[in-house]
Amino acid sequence: MSQAYEYIEMKIPAKPNFIGVIWLTLSGIASRMGFTYDEIEDLKIATSEACTNAVQHAYKGQDHGQVKISFGLYEDRLEVMVSDSGKSCNFDEVRQGLGPYKNEHEVEFLREGGLGLYLIETLMDEVKIHQHEGVTVFMTKFVEGERVEMDAKTLST
Amino acid sequence: MDITVDVKDITSGVEVRVKGEIDAYTAPKLSEALYPLSKREGIVMIVDLTEVSYMDSTGLGIFVGLFKSVRAHNGVFTLVGLSERLQRLFDITGLADIIDIKSHAEGGVE
Repeated sequence: MSQAYEYIEMKIPAKPNFIGVIWLTLSGIASRMGFTYDEIEDLKIATSEACTNAVQHAYKGQDHGQVKISFGLYEDRLEVMVSDSGKSCNFDEVRQGLGPYKNEHEVEFLREGGLGLYLIETLMDEVKIHQHEGVTVFMTKFVEGERVEMDAKTLST
Repeated sequence: MDITVDVKDITSGVEVRVKGEIDAYTAPKLSEALYPLSKREGIVMIVDLTEVSYMDSTGLGIFVGLFKSVRAHNGVFTLVGLSERLQRLFDITGLADIIDIKSHAEGGVE
């Protein structure tokens, strides 16, 4: 899909205390684009999860390394890409441990981590994960009204 | 990004007020304050999240951990004062069905 878009890229040190900087930028971009308050909160959580994941898993607490966050601003949607160039982990394995908690699970077996990726998938409209040198999480969220319009067009043709 | 954790002793347990944002950066402070308490036998732990403006899966993970620990020590763990946003996180992850969550009207801390 070739379509005009504006592009913003940021690099932060791979430390949890810099994620707040990304929030501020993201909120600014998203509100400019006309996302609702709730959608901005969803974007914030999903992006934060992806960054936290990059910071914690990719670098395992080591101080060096950077996380790159790119924003693609389209008419109807925002694409957020979070990538680390650190060690990759097996996302299929991670994915298998994903999902909502079920009531029948014994209390002792409740997982304490692993919810991050699940949240990203729930809060965003499209999520892709690439794994080459490092791990890249590629997420898309549509501006609400726009997507309905697009679906309507597809339906009517 | 900051967090404060106020712990107040009540009969049979503690009432905890958390203020601020719960994420990977502030989470260690929260767990350091609450994990040791969760290991007291039969403790009643009520955590008030009224003044929590943001939480991600790190926070969810901590509450799962606390819930497990309190239960393992025959205690009672309750969350109160969740905003719609926070409630939604507990709903979509299925945690709302497992952890006891009370609204203010049901006797939360005001």
